[in-house]
Amino acid sequence: MRPRTAPPRALAGAAALALAATACSGGGETADEAAGTLVIWADPERTDVLAPFAEEFGQANGVQVDVQSLPVDDIQGDFVTAHEAGSGPDILVGAHDWIGNLVQNGSIDPVQLPGDAQERFDPGAIDAVTYQGRLYGVPYAMESLMLLRNTELAPDAPATMEELVETGTALKDDGDVEEALGVQVSQTGDPFHLQPLYTSAGGYLFGTDDEGDPDPSDLGVGTPESVEAMEKIAELGEEGEGVLKRSIDSDNVGSLFERGQTPYFITGPWSLAAVKDAEVDYAISPVPGFEGMNEARPFLGAQSFFVASGGENKVLAEEFIVNNVAQPELATALYEADPRPPALVEVFEAAEADDPDLAAMMEAAEDAEPMPVIPEMSAIWDPFGKAQAAVIGGEDPEQAVASAEKAISEQIG
Amino acid sequence: MVRNDDGAGAPAKAPAPLPGARLAPRGGTAGHLVKAALLALSAGIAVWAALPLIAAGNWFGLAAVATVTAVVFRVYLSERHVPAKYLLPGVLLLIAFQVVPVLYTVGTSVTNYGDGHRGTKEQAIAQIEAASVAESEGGQDYVLTLAARGDAATGELVFLLTGEGDRVLAGDEEGLEPLPGARTGPTGKVTEAGGLTLLTAAEAGERSEEISQLAVPAGEGAGIRASGLSAAYEGRATRVYDEGCDCITDSTTGEVYTADDERGAFVGEDGDRLSQGWRVGVGADNYARVASDAGIASSFLSILGWNVVFAAGTTLGVFVLGLAVALAMHTTRPLRGRTAYRLLLVLPYAMPAFAMMLLWRDMFNADFGLINRMLGLDVDWLGGTGTARAAALTINIWLGFPYMFLIATGALQAIPRELVQAARIDGAGAWQAFRNVTLPLLMVAMAPVLIATFAFNFNNFNAIWLTTEGGPFPADSPMAGATDLLITYTYRLAFGGQSAQYGYAAAISVFIFLIVTLISYVSLRRSAALEEVNR
Repeated sequence: MRPRTAPPRALAGAAALALAATACSGGGETADEAAGTLVIWADPERTDVLAPFAEEFGQANGVQVDVQSLPVDDIQGDFVTAHEAGSGPDILVGAHDWIGNLVQNGSIDPVQLPGDAQERFDPGAIDAVTYQGRLYGVPYAMESLMLLRNTELAPDAPATMEELVETGTALKDDGDVEEALGVQVSQTGDPFHLQPLYTSAGGYLFGTDDEGDPDPSDLGVGTPESVEAMEKIAELGEEGEGVLKRSIDSDNVGSLFERGQTPYFITGPWSLAAVKDAEVDYAISPVPGFEGMNEARPFLGAQSFFVASGGENKVLAEEFIVNNVAQPELATALYEADPRPPALVEVFEAAEADDPDLAAMMEAAEDAEPMPVIPEMSAIWDPFGKAQAAVIGGEDPEQAVASAEKAISEQIG
Repeated sequence: MVRNDDGAGAPAKAPAPLPGARLAPRGGTAGHLVKAALLALSAGIAVWAALPLIAAGNWFGLAAVATVTAVVFRVYLSERHVPAKYLLPGVLLLIAFQVVPVLYTVGTSVTNYGDGHRGTKEQAIAQIEAASVAESEGGQDYVLTLAARGDAATGELVFLLTGEGDRVLAGDEEGLEPLPGARTGPTGKVTEAGGLTLLTAAEAGERSEEISQLAVPAGEGAGIRASGLSAAYEGRATRVYDEGCDCITDSTTGEVYTADDERGAFVGEDGDRLSQGWRVGVGADNYARVASDAGIASSFLSILGWNVVFAAGTTLGVFVLGLAVALAMHTTRPLRGRTAYRLLLVLPYAMPAFAMMLLWRDMFNADFGLINRMLGLDVDWLGGTGTARAAALTINIWLGFPYMFLIATGALQAIPRELVQAARIDGAGAWQAFRNVTLPLLMVAMAPVLIATFAFNFNNFNAIWLTTEGGPFPADSPMAGATDLLITYTYRLAFGGQSAQYGYAAAISVFIFLIVTLISYVSLRRSAALEEVNR
């Protein structure tokens, strides 16, 4: 078709839309929240749990508390934008790996826990929220990848990846299952879910600097170790064992396990509710590493409370976080709403007796390393994921890793 | 037009009527009332917009509001400016929603605005200093009670600090001194302090900023700071800004970070930068980065090529399919269930496109997808270049053809059947009649829609992002996929790393803007030429 007449407005409109889509909205001046109202931003799952505690805190202190619910995908970006416009909340609830970006935008302040309060938390969780030597949030729950297995199909926890592949493939060959392992890869790759395998095979993402933070000048992608690790992963890929597949993605991986079509499922605590609903007999164990290689080290995530630096009621926000989040009652309620290992040791110990999954999840998190909080981490996901997808699809690991390294280095600058 | 020269007051005689003036509602009470109400509304909006602008001290914004309101009143209260009366609303909207965003984007593209460079230098310094406050080695923790000398809201702020052995100290800006007459409760909080007003939580909340700012001097540069309402700790800022050298010194490591006003960051001697930066102008740096990027240079042409194929292919596909179905439905013979067919055909258009795209993506899944299973194929649809492109086109055509079917049905019904009948009587075959009679008449109605379809699909972000995400990505290019459009590719360049680089993104947007402008210019020229022919 040849264009004959062009509606100029439609074209100009499309151009302006393209521009508007990428341009940020101007620093709109929003009316300030009334002083004395403590505003908390959390995702919808937490708001219901938080509301009664916020209410109680408000009544005890004679202040208004407003818990606002934001979509989990938008909350970090909205928070930074709102901070810039001077209309953000006083407290933010979110994942610890946001810290690097929040700090570089000056939108959160360090937290000072009194006395020995830090010692009451799991050291891994405290490590996760510590950045540049400062504590930037108070953690309440932890999460890491683990291996779920269908105990009817695979009664024993595999000690190595090789064992897992053997059992899974045997079941597949017998026609009992469709896939040997459920781990989401997708066409664009998934470095988060492949991290246990990548680390076990000797790969790393960033080295460590003097403060214990990941060091962006020591990029692990592109090193010989990373190429070797990807070669190891390629052995499990579509041209190898056929255990890792790009056709398995976040949308279908859960139902594969829930319908008994795969004996193993590498996932986090967030999938447990659906698995329980499907009435699959399952057990939790750590993600196994390759035989004779390193332990598998999944990422450790810590859900945390942050104090907004631009909040109107910073003192009240600090009070809420120090005297509520660091106390067992709120942490217990949050655990009951969403069973992930609590960061407060006493809450974990109290819950452990009634919930066998909890101890298993904690064991799975034993070797986990906090997800890097540095802003440079955000440059990893996309290019490295695509390199992983290409390798799993059967392309040359050396070339894929090298071009991912190039793309990441360009982003980090 | 007769000019009214006597200045103030009503015009001596009515101005000569303008073309079309007869059509304007003149003198009707209802018309006047509506006009007065609309003007009152615009005045109201102006006041509503002005108050927060005044509160924020945004005089530029205020001037803009005042100017626009003045222009609106001048144009609509005056008897003259008749063309302006028609043009003004459109022009204002055009400025607000088209010109301003474009100018704002161009303005942003010459800065380093983005994550880590959002605020001003002063904000960055304040943040760096605040974040560097560390608890002193072996420093004491206190139970804190907030108090004021005199009135709770305005009196001088005092920290009542309960240390070991329930000894209470009173701290203010001057320093620490013992407070012998104080009584403490079970938690160590002071319950009574002679002469001082204890602050409630709400009162403390009102003075939040003051409390956060106060650091009671505790010797050697350390200060006792509040952490919430009931705890205090001794700490010091380890990073301090010095205006003399425009630098920040870290007292624990001794490192000096000097302000680099070209990069908008404090940079150490070894090249390390502090993460909190500020927004500065970078001139054409972002444009240079786009132009000199080897990845962009090597993939730009192939992406542009596929982009044109995708937009043209979609347009052609939806046109042919939509028209074919419309013709099939346009039979003169009675067709049972015609309405039901038409309804079914419009379904893809009626369903939410987002959900449909995700559904289609799953149907093309190599192992679990409906298409491979139903046809007994083993094609890695989204994993290969050609198949992924075919899949993207198929999905987009499926989503788009019902609209074209609707338009074509309407256009066909507007063409008198006698014309085709006459052609058939004159001996034309069915194809000839369609080709030479129906189609040219149809194109009068369809051509603008086709142009719009092409332009829309040229930048159809969702159609790619929700189906293939631009993939598959060859091993040697993780940034440019086989089905990437310019818009998805540039989105990934600017935002793919999740951290927002608005300055760079804006520079890329300006390039897209130029490309689209060029395309519209060319098609405008072509359409102008066509109109000449038609005349």
